Amino acid sequence: MNLDYTPDELAFRDEVRAWIKQAYDAELKQLMSQSKNGYLDKAGQVKWQKKLAAKGWAAPGWPVQYGGPDWTPTQRYIFQSETSAAGCPIVSPMGIAMVAYVIMEYGSEAQKQRFLPKILNTDECWCQGYSEPGSGSDLASLQMSAVRDGDHYVLNGSKIWTTHAQWADWIFCLVRTNREAKAQSGITFLLADMRTPGISIRSLPSLDGPIDGEQEVNQLFFENVRVPVENRIGEEGLGWTYAKYLLQFERGTAYGSLLRYLLAKIRRIAREQPANSGGLLIDDPDFRRRYAELAVRVEAVDAAELRFFSSVESGTAIGAMSSMFKLVGTELQQALSEFAVEALGPDALPFVQDSFAEVRGRAPPVRPIPDHAAAVTPLYFNYRKTSIYAGTNEIQRNLLARHVLSAAGVRG
Amino acid sequence: MDFDYSVEQNLLRDTLASYLADHYDFETRRAAVAAPAGWRPKIWADLAERLNLLGAPFPEEFGGLGGGAVENAIVMEELGKALVVEPYLGTVVIGGGLLKQAGGALAAQWLPRVIAGEVVLAFAGAERQARYDLGQVATTATPRNGGYVLDGRKTGVTGGPWASHFLVTARTGAGLSLLLVDAQAEGITRSDYPTIDGGRASDLVFEQVLVPADRLLGAEGGALPLVERVADEAVCALCAEAVGAMRRMLAETVVYASQRKQFGAPLASFQVLQHRMADMFTALEQSAALTLVATMKLDRPADERALAASAAKAQVDKAAKFVGESAVQIHGGMGITEELSLGHYFRRCTAIAAQFGNADFHLRRYADLSLAAA
Repeated sequence: MNLDYTPDELAFRDEVRAWIKQAYDAELKQLMSQSKNGYLDKAGQVKWQKKLAAKGWAAPGWPVQYGGPDWTPTQRYIFQSETSAAGCPIVSPMGIAMVAYVIMEYGSEAQKQRFLPKILNTDECWCQGYSEPGSGSDLASLQMSAVRDGDHYVLNGSKIWTTHAQWADWIFCLVRTNREAKAQSGITFLLADMRTPGISIRSLPSLDGPIDGEQEVNQLFFENVRVPVENRIGEEGLGWTYAKYLLQFERGTAYGSLLRYLLAKIRRIAREQPANSGGLLIDDPDFRRRYAELAVRVEAVDAAELRFFSSVESGTAIGAMSSMFKLVGTELQQALSEFAVEALGPDALPFVQDSFAEVRGRAPPVRPIPDHAAAVTPLYFNYRKTSIYAGTNEIQRNLLARHVLSAAGVRG
Repeated sequence: MDFDYSVEQNLLRDTLASYLADHYDFETRRAAVAAPAGWRPKIWADLAERLNLLGAPFPEEFGGLGGGAVENAIVMEELGKALVVEPYLGTVVIGGGLLKQAGGALAAQWLPRVIAGEVVLAFAGAERQARYDLGQVATTATPRNGGYVLDGRKTGVTGGPWASHFLVTARTGAGLSLLLVDAQAEGITRSDYPTIDGGRASDLVFEQVLVPADRLLGAEGGALPLVERVADEAVCALCAEAVGAMRRMLAETVVYASQRKQFGAPLASFQVLQHRMADMFTALEQSAALTLVATMKLDRPADERALAASAAKAQVDKAAKFVGESAVQIHGGMGITEELSLGHYFRRCTAIAAQFGNADFHLRRYADLSLAAA
């Protein structure tokens, strides 16, 4: 039992730091500092992910046979800590951290060869077709129909909350292939080319106020969309099993290092913003008390993750504990984004819609507030998503309670 | 980086757990803490002789088992699960910890006695006007005839009535110093009282108490870093004890909620209670992990050590309050009685929260350590 890194691990940490220093360049940094949702624009996102891929670090969780870096759990933790601490962009998860795992576990050999290399290298972008207007937390009630017609499925219906659908080349979808069966067993897992005729996208601008084309979420409409049967994952009717497998990866992220980065942002704000009675906010007792309360919660999440992820083998699903991390991690993301808004005080008010304008050479908006303040309030609004997506936090509490009750050998 | 317990550490835990299961059931403990003595010297002797437990965190050169802070955490968590009142914290973690840090002849002479169970130590560091600030000491030790004369008052000395010796902080000309004082020494007036968790404590008055020069721990005037370090060790040990108590409270709540029926259904079937139990679980898991991290950081540089210890204490106090209050609430009326062990864990956690800095104290210290002046 010890917390120390081995000399090899220290060398690895230095290698990661050195790489970040040259790869995370001024353009990417500028985009990231002005991001209202944690993502860059598509060009920035692809640029960052291709740099990672070129280094062989795009997919830390992948098995080595598919191009993963063959890291120990501690190396993965170091990598995530270092990239988060430096404020690096998050990798868009839909391809690398989601559908790829399903393809590896349940896809055919042809599907693995067709899709995995392009996912790894961000040659193709993905989006996720799960939720529907009538099916949110109760995902198994989804209605989008897929009717077999020769070598194709014909899709009709609608998907919603589709992150970056406007950038995506492919979508992975849950569709209903059998209406007679029990809800869960009539579902099939399909991969569809976004250029297939019949798919249309409606932008759903979220509260962070994106410009058109940069929106995070969308609604998709499918009208007689023909998807080849060869793009089905596994067997017809087993989609729910595959989706549940994937959900564990969706929730299986560590939040600690991101939360530490948000704390650093708040400290930066507090060192620049004035306090009410003169001096700087960072010396204000109320601010300090609240900071300490939140920072201690971050320490607690980080410790629990450190303990857990340092013993989890590469690419394995992590069960009920991931519900706990999703729950406490997102609650803190929200609490910290709220605290940042309050730290800004009156500077929380002005709104910069096109926050990437300068770096992309578009007409610069009026900026009545310092750069560090521009994306703060939008991020607060954007982060409301975190307790809703990937299974609402109420659902996570249900899952955790089931775990707590069953671990004690009793059933509620 | 490694969070796994060694074979020896698991054995230590299992041995202690199995001893306590046989000798420390709740009803016997209840009778013992209600009796005038308030503790069982026989248990203490068993821990020393039968289990060789008191040597767990000490180097082999003193007759110890070669462990350290992690061993203390293992022991304290098990003691927390059984609501043990015998003074492992005062004697081994704090008393032994101070001796180990001070080193020298005093450690060589006294640590073997600690390990053998021959002495019971109690830390007399707190003073009424100082709240939790262990550096704020009015008690004085005046050099005289090659020794010291001790004058002053100490409060909240846990395990005071059972102690054979006190570890007393006092101001000498050079700064803060630390003395090992016979409990029976002339000039000590002890007022004993029960504490809310079934324990015992004392307030002490020292009037012209003579202490030989060879009872000084470490350098004269150099005790503050020593005391601060061992206070952080005590904080981590208390956190581990609270984690043990929380585990019991959650386990009992889960069992009760599964058996107790209202409106024709087990309490555990109601979502609002399920969510409460889920939150108890997350509070506990995070507390356990942060306690381990802080325990493993006890050997780091002082600021890093203190930051981690304060984070752990602030988290654990808050979590234990939440788990305790929730456990009582879910038990309904039975939760507020003395009949169930539950309420006694809740009391113990409340006592822990008030020792070695409450959450407010540690949040302030955390802020000061992490928010350097702009």
